[in-house]
Amino acid sequence: MRSSIRKYFDSYTEAAPLAVFRIGFGIMMLASVIRFWLNGWIKKLYLTPKFHFSYYGFEWVKPLGDFTYLLFVICGVSAFFVAIGYKYRIAIITFFLSFTYIELMDKTTYLNHYYFISILSFLMIFLPASIYYSVDAWKNTEQSFQRIPRWCIDSIKLMLGIVYFYAGLAKINSDWLLRAMPLKIWLPSKYDIPLLGDLMQQEWMAFAFSWSGMLYDLLIPFLLLWRRTRLFAFAMVIIFHVMTRVLFPIGMFPYIMIVSALIFFSPEVHHKILKKISSWLRIRKEKFDNNLSLIYKPIKRKSLTSIVVGFFIIQILFPWRYLLYPGELFWTEEGFRFSWRVMLMEKAGYAEFKVVDADTGKRFYVNNSDFLTPFQEKQMSFQPDFILEYAHFLADHFRKDGHENVEVYVESYVGLNGRKSVPYISPDVNLLNFADTFKHKTFILPFNDEIKGL
Amino acid sequence: MIRISKILLIATLIFTACSTEDDGSAVDGKGETTSFDRGAMLENWADNIIVPAFSNFKSSTQQLEDLTLAFTADPTEENLLALRSQFESSYIDFQTVAMFDLGKAEEINYRRFMNTYPLAASEVDDKIASGSYNLQLPSSFKEQGFPALDYLLYGIGETNAEIVGKYSSENYRNYLLDVSKRINALTAEVNASWQGDYRETFVANTSSSSTGSVDKLTNKYIMYFEAFLRSGKIGFPSGVFTGTPSPINVEAYYSNDLSKELYMKALESYLDFFIGRSFNGGQTGKSFKQYLEFLDREDLATDIINQFDVIMTQATNLNTSLKNQVETNNTVMLAAYDELQKAVVLLKLDMVQALSISINYVDSDGD
Repeated sequence: MRSSIRKYFDSYTEAAPLAVFRIGFGIMMLASVIRFWLNGWIKKLYLTPKFHFSYYGFEWVKPLGDFTYLLFVICGVSAFFVAIGYKYRIAIITFFLSFTYIELMDKTTYLNHYYFISILSFLMIFLPASIYYSVDAWKNTEQSFQRIPRWCIDSIKLMLGIVYFYAGLAKINSDWLLRAMPLKIWLPSKYDIPLLGDLMQQEWMAFAFSWSGMLYDLLIPFLLLWRRTRLFAFAMVIIFHVMTRVLFPIGMFPYIMIVSALIFFSPEVHHKILKKISSWLRIRKEKFDNNLSLIYKPIKRKSLTSIVVGFFIIQILFPWRYLLYPGELFWTEEGFRFSWRVMLMEKAGYAEFKVVDADTGKRFYVNNSDFLTPFQEKQMSFQPDFILEYAHFLADHFRKDGHENVEVYVESYVGLNGRKSVPYISPDVNLLNFADTFKHKTFILPFNDEIKGL
Repeated sequence: MIRISKILLIATLIFTACSTEDDGSAVDGKGETTSFDRGAMLENWADNIIVPAFSNFKSSTQQLEDLTLAFTADPTEENLLALRSQFESSYIDFQTVAMFDLGKAEEINYRRFMNTYPLAASEVDDKIASGSYNLQLPSSFKEQGFPALDYLLYGIGETNAEIVGKYSSENYRNYLLDVSKRINALTAEVNASWQGDYRETFVANTSSSSTGSVDKLTNKYIMYFEAFLRSGKIGFPSGVFTGTPSPINVEAYYSNDLSKELYMKALESYLDFFIGRSFNGGQTGKSFKQYLEFLDREDLATDIINQFDVIMTQATNLNTSLKNQVETNNTVMLAAYDELQKAVVLLKLDMVQALSISINYVDSDGD
């Protein structure tokens, strides 16, 4: 066992797949930043709101006013530098920090695939992605190698595998498989897509999509790993992601996953891709094909592999943290984020806040649109940590208005996966008595139903 | 492959373990599913509800203009009473079209010009005194429409004689006539668009995107309930957002005994639209109710209708003048608000979720 692990860490492979991955990743990220800007989302999501929902412990991360645009410029430029492999280490660190900062500014915009980008770029800091087919390697032949340790490429595959496999595990629950929820709600509303519109109305389609989605997520990493099924699996990847793109407003994510999945192909395929790029851009590819292997010094190797191993241990364990909380995960959402639970729920809420002046007994309701954008209000109304943070914000606001002994209550309803909405947060609880923590939030009312499964 | 077969095994086990749970909630029982014809729903909405409602309202505002002309040509108490009575029936008719803030109505800010209250009465006084004003300006939302007529016909004197007396001044006559004419002209514009191309545009746009007619109308329909019916008619006057009751915020503040009737008419029109009842009351067609039924959510459709029953029953406790109600016993108003609030949850949360329509939220990505 020990020796096979040692042998594994001593084995080398072509760097071409990692170089293609770096180029694809950089271009995709640049495109994402540009798209985000052109859609006007910087203003809409980060500059217009008067208040931002923060991640626990990251309250200091806020939009920077007009400098927020500069942040996106930095993010886009660093993505471009990653793509061409120019000053790679600085570029990828800059990208990781700027992108992650953007994501931490307001948790209203949380998406699993943004988190995926963040941690993937973190991983890439420790990978030698620019020693082959990059500006860095072109300019400095001493840092130019054709072969790299195998684990460098496998770590990307493992990351992708975790995303898919965990997304599949999360689908093993009674709502998804036995009630075809939420697809049974979502698909009929796609009545006007060409060819499939009428089929989407059929109940069996929702079941077919649910089951095949679960099987796809669970199996695709293995089908991509195995040489004999790889081509078929890649075709599945394309079909699956194009399908999700057609059905749901899912942005760049499908394309990112399709490009990323190329990493599973053999080095020969990647050499062909690079040859094509070389002929377009008139790059002398042969200059990189020096047959040298990148061999880390023992200390560097040890520290790099420990970081990567530590990273993966966290990645594998973190999604299970929900087991530490009581109650139904979909209902409380304690441990829901950062766990590859993608498109699992149709959940919406309605929250009306009541501010009470404890001295005078005077009470009034808050008009949420005075403080929140419609998108923020929507996200706030079914997530307990948002509700709590907003309650504290309201208290601060009305204290400034001269109300001294303020109490904040919420009357809230949440509907989950086609169930009729029911009260969500205990209406008799003064939310100001609670601070946000990682502990279970006792003011969430019980779910009164059961969703079986993982 | 061993792992794959293990996973399959686990999946099968879980499936069999849980399958006894499937007590028919997912089975529609009909055996066959046909798709719901949203185009037909749009046609029912347009042809049997919206177009007739606007057409009826247009005759109503024409009458209003005619009687205003008669009164300003000959300001007598008799003519005042005739005009008042037309004002009341027009204001009630307005409740049948107020929720349709689409197309031309949206483009020209129809509802805001017609019914922004409370009225800026002192500005109206100033403008009458100076005789110079431009009612086309967005800054004059609060100085025209039904609230202005309400003031000019009831609020500018203690007695009818005193009010009629004011109209010996040409400035008063002009302002009253201009307000009335503008109500009629704006309505004519919106009505003409529904009689013309817009009906076709509306019905043909069956897209499921946020620009599709079903999506847009649903958004408008729900916003109307929350912002205008719940907050406007009941919430603001009763002070639920400030803690202090505010009689001046009552709709038809000056005519005093009209406000509850407006509220009731708005509720009735709203529910009729939900059910798909034609404007003339003859038939019911494709509607939100039928759409929900198609999606196996009869339970929700029933809950919504029942909640409207509760709201209307509660409303019988309200004074005909909501102003008096706010001033004498605001708790009845607050109770009305609570019942309306329950309907907001059913409409804005449950119905929208069941129809899988997004409430004009920002168009960002999901995952």
